[in-house]
Amino acid sequence: MISSIVFIVLLIAASLLFAKNVKTIVRNIKLGRDLDRSDRKNERFSLMARVALGQSKMVVRPVAGLLHIVVYLGFIIINIEVLEIVLDGITGKHRLFAPLGSIYYGLISAFEYLALAVLVACAIFLIRRNVLRLKRFHNSEMTSWPKSDANLILITEIMLMGAFLLMNAADAQLQVLGAEHYTQVGSFPISSVFMKMMGGMSEGSLIILERGLWWFHIIGIFAFLNYLPYSKHFHIILAFPNVFYSKLSPKGQLDNMEAVKKEVELMFDPSADPYAAPPEPQGEPQRFGAKDVTDLTWKQLMDSYTCTECGRCTDVCPANGTGKKLSPRKIMMDTRDRLEEVGKGIDKNGKDFNDGKSLLRDYITEEELLACTSCNACTEACPVNNDPLSVIVDLRRYLIMEESKAPAEWTGIFTNIENNGAPWQFAQADRLNWKNEQ
Amino acid sequence: MSELKVPTMAELMASGQQPDVLFWVGCAGSFDDRAKKITRAFVKILNHVGVNFAVLGTEESCTGDPAKRAGNEFLFQMSAMGNIQVLNAYEVKRIVTTCPHCFNTLKNEYPELGGNYEVKHHSEFIQELINDGKLTIQGGSFKGKRITFHDPCYLGRANDVYEAPRELIEKLDAELVEMKRCKSKGFCCGAGGAQMFKEAEKGDKEVNIARTEEAIGVQPDVIATGCPFCMTMMTDGVKLKEKEHEVKVFDLAELIAQANDL
Repeated sequence: MISSIVFIVLLIAASLLFAKNVKTIVRNIKLGRDLDRSDRKNERFSLMARVALGQSKMVVRPVAGLLHIVVYLGFIIINIEVLEIVLDGITGKHRLFAPLGSIYYGLISAFEYLALAVLVACAIFLIRRNVLRLKRFHNSEMTSWPKSDANLILITEIMLMGAFLLMNAADAQLQVLGAEHYTQVGSFPISSVFMKMMGGMSEGSLIILERGLWWFHIIGIFAFLNYLPYSKHFHIILAFPNVFYSKLSPKGQLDNMEAVKKEVELMFDPSADPYAAPPEPQGEPQRFGAKDVTDLTWKQLMDSYTCTECGRCTDVCPANGTGKKLSPRKIMMDTRDRLEEVGKGIDKNGKDFNDGKSLLRDYITEEELLACTSCNACTEACPVNNDPLSVIVDLRRYLIMEESKAPAEWTGIFTNIENNGAPWQFAQADRLNWKNEQ
Repeated sequence: MSELKVPTMAELMASGQQPDVLFWVGCAGSFDDRAKKITRAFVKILNHVGVNFAVLGTEESCTGDPAKRAGNEFLFQMSAMGNIQVLNAYEVKRIVTTCPHCFNTLKNEYPELGGNYEVKHHSEFIQELINDGKLTIQGGSFKGKRITFHDPCYLGRANDVYEAPRELIEKLDAELVEMKRCKSKGFCCGAGGAQMFKEAEKGDKEVNIARTEEAIGVQPDVIATGCPFCMTMMTDGVKLKEKEHEVKVFDLAELIAQANDL
């Protein structure tokens, strides 16, 4: 009875805390500019089924991809077992689903195989990160926190799976001893290996062990749930909406800025009155391009929270691969870190918070932005369809259109395009000269 | 050497004619010495087949691609609107271009600004000519040669055109050898995003050298590409590696024109 109450209190507390933190993230994402991605719903659902649910872009790298699928399937399927554990906790019963008989036995056995597979996959992931030291996990933006975050997630998952297996072993041993409350369901395929180690233990200490592991496992899950909003691991939730709201146009297509379009249309309108008073601006004046996270769209901000720092983007980036400072992953991580900072500032100081800092320069330097070749290797590689290129372009737009800050060579090509319709200084009248050359 | 027949839209209009397709030459194709050869090769193919085409000639202007990628949206949209006015005045419906950057911009970014055309890259256009039986290729000089194809980012990843260029190479009876990073995993030449027009940022290598090394690594006789900027980057790379005698860099149009002795 007491344990049920303790459990229910913990369950409610964990859920409320999680809801609160998720609300903050949603609020932060909504700080972004509007963008309509409500079109082509069917296409979006099928994309989500393929890329998020079906992990189609993960398996482009088969080793990491297959291991990831193991952990991902394990996570989803073992949640059925967590449902039983939660219901047991609330009702004070033990193995509530046991009356399902052989189906139940089959289920738990399957969970055990999965748990072992997850455990092994996580161990391999740890080895890849810390022993084999794959390059993409050790780029300069992978400072101590991102590295610890990744390791913590893996270690937690190993501990949760370990606790689950040991708990089953203790349970089965208690069944052998005929302990009260321990429903006879038999021993399970993986955990039975550990039963031998528990052979000499008394019923009392076995009960303490089993209960201890049970509480460790479920409290671990509650804690992990509340770790998600602080971690890159939040991708397990955001990957789905993030892929759903992907850009569906061809990768090469950049958006045509509406604000610019209005002005250019006016310039090309022969009936426009050059002396007319400019129309009253509607709403808040908008910057051309992005200086800070609030100049980006909500989708770009969602991208940053979905980023799982796998570094596939940076690994294929031609600029990064040739030693330039640009790293698409860093663009995503900086966007999220700055957004978190702005969010915290708003929590403390209210909506008009201004710390005088910005995403541009305080986080991302001009040197990084200028190194991008817009080749779309990063967007192609991202397993959750993030678009770091769009952030780079928006920051470049601010540099060029608001600050007129361009490398001298670019200023030159702008002048040429404007004056003679080509990036080079050739007269437009000579445009057909090739016809008569050899 | 026979004269190229290159009618302009203005000339055709004056005689009351309308071409089937507009050949958008692009700035590189008009002014860059190496790229002009690609332009001429493509026109030779068009003339050979007897395609009813025209160019804008001196009425053509930069699509605005480098301005847009650099972040100068104003200049891009001004260029685009100017071009759209000209294209729409001539009632252009179909466009073919030898530049993937022009291709991408015309195809994807002009419609929202009022320019709706059916746009093809020349690799797709030539492939159609072959499929329609209008052009046959004699393998000729490239028979059995090892040819690797460098995917231009703005043709491949940006617009998912991977097969047309490869089918052309196979039509040459050549051996298509792929680099490890090809098709959707293709590695940039380093010119996109207006990088063509400025020094690269500080790093430990130039992008085009990295890509050229990869291409040379598959021991090709020819590095083929379909973009005037990739052409510059790969040609420079091959020269820097002092391999210009063993490895030639050609555009797809040049390969087809040469194979047919045009």
